[in-house]
Amino acid sequence: MIRLEKRPVPSKLWTYLTPIAAVVATMVAGGILFAFLGKDPVEVIRIIFWDPLFHPDFSAYSRPQLLVKAGPLILIAIGLSLGFRAGIWNIGAEGQYIIGAICGAAVGLAFYPMDAWFIFPLMIIAGAIGGLLWAMIPALLKTRFGTNEILVSLMLVYVASNQLASVSQGLLRNPDGMGFPGSRNFQQYPAAYNAELIAGTGMHWGVLTAFLAVIAAYILLNRHILGFQIRLTGESPRAARFSGVRPKLLILFCMGVSGAAAGLAGIFEVSGPSGQINISFNAGYGFTAIIVAFLGRLHPVGILLAGLLLALTYIGGELAQLMLGLPAAAIQVFQGMLLFFLLAMDVFTNYRIRIGSPEAA
Amino acid sequence: MKLMKSLMTAAVALGVAAPAMADTTKVGFVYVGTPGDGGWTYEHDEGRKAVEEHFGDKVETTFVENVAEGPDAERVLTQMALSGHDLIFTTSFGYMDQTNAVAAKFPDIKFEHATGYKREHPNVSTYGARFYEGRAVIGTIAGHMTESNKIGYIASFPIPEVIRGINSAYIHAKKVNPDAEMKVIWVFSWFDPAKEADAAAALIEQGVDVIMQHTDSTAPMAKAAETEGVIAFGQASDMAQFAPSPRVSSIIDNWAPYYIERTQAVMDGTWEQVDTWGGIASGMVKIGDITDAIPAEVKAEAMAIEASIADGSYHAFTGPLNKQDGTPWLAEGETAGDGDLLGMNFYVEGIEGDIPS
Repeated sequence: MIRLEKRPVPSKLWTYLTPIAAVVATMVAGGILFAFLGKDPVEVIRIIFWDPLFHPDFSAYSRPQLLVKAGPLILIAIGLSLGFRAGIWNIGAEGQYIIGAICGAAVGLAFYPMDAWFIFPLMIIAGAIGGLLWAMIPALLKTRFGTNEILVSLMLVYVASNQLASVSQGLLRNPDGMGFPGSRNFQQYPAAYNAELIAGTGMHWGVLTAFLAVIAAYILLNRHILGFQIRLTGESPRAARFSGVRPKLLILFCMGVSGAAAGLAGIFEVSGPSGQINISFNAGYGFTAIIVAFLGRLHPVGILLAGLLLALTYIGGELAQLMLGLPAAAIQVFQGMLLFFLLAMDVFTNYRIRIGSPEAA
Repeated sequence: MKLMKSLMTAAVALGVAAPAMADTTKVGFVYVGTPGDGGWTYEHDEGRKAVEEHFGDKVETTFVENVAEGPDAERVLTQMALSGHDLIFTTSFGYMDQTNAVAAKFPDIKFEHATGYKREHPNVSTYGARFYEGRAVIGTIAGHMTESNKIGYIASFPIPEVIRGINSAYIHAKKVNPDAEMKVIWVFSWFDPAKEADAAAALIEQGVDVIMQHTDSTAPMAKAAETEGVIAFGQASDMAQFAPSPRVSSIIDNWAPYYIERTQAVMDGTWEQVDTWGGIASGMVKIGDITDAIPAEVKAEAMAIEASIADGSYHAFTGPLNKQDGTPWLAEGETAGDGDLLGMNFYVEGIEGDIPS
């Protein structure tokens, strides 16, 4: 008989081992899936994980793209992870991302076609504030009226995407766009364009900010009393209260930080890789970031790696579609497996497997 | 054993691919939905298959599906360009800027963007279909067939292409049935079966008994099938699996001849930038079989309109027509120019409600 026995303390070894084991298990299970689809599993896995990094034709392009794709995921996930650690569930990062992008873009477009150094910084600030304010709605409703922040923040995503539809056809529509929805393209407005800092590296201000956020979050969680309070609240809310944590303030802080981070990601994306506000510019980063946060065990360095890994599966997945005609759904299943195996492997962190009947006590 | 075999095939393919590349033309397609949508993307994929069938070994086609109309599109296009494609079709309006951006970086690769208007580089062509001509035909059928005098229209995005279709359908329904009203629901998506089905349900609840759609999935059809007496029209593809009820006819996009022609041009080295806008006459827009659910005289009238559009004796936008606010647009007998049509951002007189902005 196989049974699980709870470990007295979570295993340190398994905490580090599970992500690797999960990736390996995903490759095996995914390989079986691909084999059933009639593709050579080894080749598919190689295309997804190896080619974007090392293929002679693609890697020069896809390595920088890895940063471009991972940047917003990491930035949003870092913001979310603070709240998640404290048991504050902001599910609406997608909405905060959209509103941040709209606010920042509106500031930039208001100055069009002026050329001045301060336009871009102003856009970034507006983006952060936009995301922050959008996150304050569920935060204030929670602290004031005790509403559920999961529901409110999630529902506000749909409000935000309707706002996005509205401004792309009205307020922010490109006046020279022949009535088609979508704003002016920031790539053609240098003063507001979030260009690569070093050409060909994919490194734009948003990616840099994401890296800084990783460092800041690491310091906050490990070296600062606020980080201690966040961790304590998550592990034991009662103990936290006795040690002087003010829960309402903590909710406002965590929601605010995650909202601002999502808003920043939004404006960096819209002023850079995306280029314009249009109805469908948001590619679900706010939701994917939740996966990244958990895949990274809510740890800043883990999130950094998880963001890069997920970006790799996106880019490699597209390559696999292109080169082998693999359906997009198979790639999504593959990404789903990754999260599934990670959560499943968590069992080994908290439990050990015992074979044989329970010992007589 | 099998693994070994496929490994060897892969190795052989890699080794041999390079010299064989020279006489194989590689054609890529970027899809906003999936070929399984049964509508828009399905028809593009049919076009892709037709290219494969027509050219056999001389061509290799690839596609990437479900590509979001944002930065992802630019990356997918670049990867396609890097992987040795000669010709790339981007099959949704929202790929417009990305297509042009990537085309700038790969001047030797030809790009074809569906339904757009930007051709910023000599290696970018645009192509589209005059769906509004088809709308004139099914609008006529709708006007005759509605008993509640309420025609429902599931619209995607308020861009000229969609607004043109609404206007054309309304004008022709109104012509045969002065009491006909048009109810429009905007779902802000090309492909979202859940939203499309919700929109159909909402329209039926409002008493609509004829449903048209400008979205990509068959979900509205499936919804309409649940209610007795509601008819609907296939969109982009024939959707014949929903006949006899609710599907009574359809507007079909037929991309295959264009895709074959353009691939041929790349092979011959005669590819040049064009702006193609094909309609019923050129066969890019087809009317699907009008079923027996439609009375013979209505069917005859619809087919007469189709024929008169095909031979050029009739234009779907012929005056007198006023804009929604009552200002005159086209005088008696005047027809709309393509410029007017391409930028159309107003409803014609009689349609209620506002275009979202």
